[in-house]
Amino acid sequence: MTTQVTRPGQPAGPGHGINLHVLGPIVALLVLIVAGALMNPNFLSYANITNVLARSAFIGIIAVGMTFVITAGGLDLSVGSMAAFIAGLMILVMNLLVPSMGAGISVILVGMAVALGAGLLAGFLNGFLITNMRIEAFIVTLGTMGIYRSLVTWLADGGTLSLDFGLREAYGPVYYGGLLGVSWPIIVFLVVAILGEIGMRKTAFGRYCAAIGSNDQVARYSSVDVNRIRLLTYVGLGLLVGIATIMYVPRLGSASSSTGVLWELEAIAAVIIGGTMLKGGFGRVWGTVVGVLILGLIDNLLNLTDWVSPYLNGAIQGVIIVLAVILQRENRPEG
Amino acid sequence: MKHLALMATTALTLSAAPLWAQEAEETQVIGISIPAATHGWAGGMNYFAQAAVERLEEVYPQLDFVLATASDPSKQVSDIEDMVATRGIDALVVLPFESEPLTGPVKAVADQGVWITVVDRGLSEPGIEDLYVAGDNPGFGRVSGEYMVSALPEGGKVVALRGIPTTIDNERVAGFEEAIAGSGIEVLGMEHGNWNRDDAFTVMQDFLSKHSQIDAVWASDDDMAVGVLAAIEAAGRSDVKFVLGGAGMKEMIARTRDSDPMVPANVTYPPSMIASAIEITALGLVSDAPVAGRFIIGSELVTPENAEQYYFPDSPF
Repeated sequence: MTTQVTRPGQPAGPGHGINLHVLGPIVALLVLIVAGALMNPNFLSYANITNVLARSAFIGIIAVGMTFVITAGGLDLSVGSMAAFIAGLMILVMNLLVPSMGAGISVILVGMAVALGAGLLAGFLNGFLITNMRIEAFIVTLGTMGIYRSLVTWLADGGTLSLDFGLREAYGPVYYGGLLGVSWPIIVFLVVAILGEIGMRKTAFGRYCAAIGSNDQVARYSSVDVNRIRLLTYVGLGLLVGIATIMYVPRLGSASSSTGVLWELEAIAAVIIGGTMLKGGFGRVWGTVVGVLILGLIDNLLNLTDWVSPYLNGAIQGVIIVLAVILQRENRPEG
Repeated sequence: MKHLALMATTALTLSAAPLWAQEAEETQVIGISIPAATHGWAGGMNYFAQAAVERLEEVYPQLDFVLATASDPSKQVSDIEDMVATRGIDALVVLPFESEPLTGPVKAVADQGVWITVVDRGLSEPGIEDLYVAGDNPGFGRVSGEYMVSALPEGGKVVALRGIPTTIDNERVAGFEEAIAGSGIEVLGMEHGNWNRDDAFTVMQDFLSKHSQIDAVWASDDDMAVGVLAAIEAAGRSDVKFVLGGAGMKEMIARTRDSDPMVPANVTYPPSMIASAIEITALGLVSDAPVAGRFIIGSELVTPENAEQYYFPDSPF
């Protein structure tokens, strides 16, 4: 497609010096930040930044795991429902234990263990069906998406599961508290993102994911255990959904059938905005983090300004997502 | 219905067997089609529908009930078609998922002579239903607005959270705006919280960042009120005097009953209206009492004094 670089309106090309493929998401993020600062003086306040980062953390933690799944040529549509189900399960178990163990740290630790265990199992189930049973990832996770969504509705009897009031006091600091003025969800998101970045760039696992995503036959001939690596990406994603749920439950202390709706699409959108290829073969964890921040900031900006009807929020979001992807399209080898 | 006593005896002796097989003429079937429990209010509505069916099955052995919950409009259309084709329903109680897509199919059922009761969301064409049972959405907004005016006699700055963009939401907001017109209450902003706790939490956080002084919040729904209250508490803001929710979630009613200053009142929009619709439809089938027409259930103000009578501990909502 080298003939296309001289097309009018496309400034990028060989010799241009700036690689928009890499910078695209960052440019979009910067534009949003500058626009936000100009439109509302409170935008850059400590409280607002903390709000946006903390509420983006759930999608962010999940999206890091999603980056690996997509890089290895897979997809997971079940994460939002899975998070709702794990949240419901966690609340039920913790409420059950309060009479015998008291509303303290020990119950919270059990709850966290339940969340991590359930996440691992759910991820393993997805991965097992996809790799060993050889069913399309789209179909498997579409199925489990419906299953978990129904299960949480059933657990909650169609209503809302609420955490025991005493426990809520004890557990609340996990979302609202923090270290040196940085709240816990932000810290956890940061640690997950850094580990993810290292995992993607520096480890054999990351390279195997990319190899499988670009051509699983070649990877297989190069003695990569394709099924095992793929399974691991889903298990890892399940674990991260568990971690995200641990951070989510203390916020409102409740779970219902409307918990985590569309999280899967937000996570996938963040991954793609960040420059990971939807068809697999190339993944960028830091890009995913930028993608998550872009999505979080758009929502925040639309709430902070009045110049667009709230009916159009979805349209603005859509336009910015598409623009962010267009920005980084040009230098890609296949256009 | 002349042989009611006789039929009741027959029904008792045969109660284990499906009656409609042998006694198709005497057993009447009521089909109930409602949206699935996708949020708190719908969960409550499902609960009250099931409770009403259980109660009526005991009271009227000559009635059979078919209850189907749908997660989208097209599933609801299929449910209704199945009810007509396989169960030969005599009456249909339907809470339409959306007005437009359900109007045609429900009209087709009505044309076959089936009694139609429409609940809460009206069809787009008037005159199809025999009975219309609904909450009062403009009234819901008006009662909320009147409460705001009485609670902020000096006027004040409020923010409002809206539901999912629908006619219901528009009518409520219009009623609210009408009630506060000229009262000195200034609405700083309105955003959609989609009747969802998490969305409401996010929207309220941003309202708090944007406005340094907010006197009260019209959350317009108790699920949204939960998110709003959490956001205010997390921000540590003391300028917000109270949050007015709505629909009467039991946890919120309990807080009003216990005189929580942040939740001083509530406005009802009872999910149990589905039970009213089923009961009245059943009454119409088994008796000669006329029940055709419109039955509008008023939105009432819940205060600490009367909260106890709106508290239903067994309901999921």
